[in-house]
Amino acid sequence: MIKVNYFARLREITGKGEETLDRDSMTVAELLDWAETSYPGFGADNVQVAVNEEYALKDDVIESGDVCAFIPPVSGG
Amino acid sequence: MAMKQYEIVETPIEVQKYMDYVLHPSAGAVTVFTGNVREWTHGVKTLYLSYEAYVPMAEKKMAEIGAEMEAKWPGVRVAIAHRIGELQISDIAVVIAVSSPHRKAAYEANEYAIDRIKEVVPIWKKEIWEDGEEWIGAQKKYPAKGVEQA
Repeated sequence: MIKVNYFARLREITGKGEETLDRDSMTVAELLDWAETSYPGFGADNVQVAVNEEYALKDDVIESGDVCAFIPPVSGG
Repeated sequence: MAMKQYEIVETPIEVQKYMDYVLHPSAGAVTVFTGNVREWTHGVKTLYLSYEAYVPMAEKKMAEIGAEMEAKWPGVRVAIAHRIGELQISDIAVVIAVSSPHRKAAYEANEYAIDRIKEVVPIWKKEIWEDGEEWIGAQKKYPAKGVEQA
């Protein structure tokens, strides 16, 4: 099981703050592709993924038990 | 007053707490930056802002920025807070307090902090106008090597 969190624009598009995927393992690229397919307008090209609160690269592997977050462009300050 | 050195808060920011935190006998300078809600942006009137954050990661990233500052400007002491929720015009969204033995490092490190916050800390701002609203954020392609490290 992989937990994913949604924020800001992505929370509004998906209509949820988090969900759990029934997967043992997937890459960051695969997770982004899944989101793009599942949620029209997701805009995965402009979204980064954090795994366990650290920015991840597209080739990084996500394992069951990891907590992921989709990070749209930030705008703090 | 309870506070953390790097924190996301949901209530009005009390600047003095963060100044007091960084002040110590060897500090000859304290710079305090506050980012405030601006009414007009590129000719569009903002009614209010709504901020949200991935709180645990945001606090971790702010602490990393503090560590970067301590490495670049030895002797600085740093405290950073960012507020989330609904903020009205002129409210303080972010405070950065930096102390150092001499003023130059305190000025430079403080500006570095706000630049890095805008790059890497997972906080999002929504502008609410009279006729609409929008999540703000520079549109960037996914970087090949992840977020640029300092």
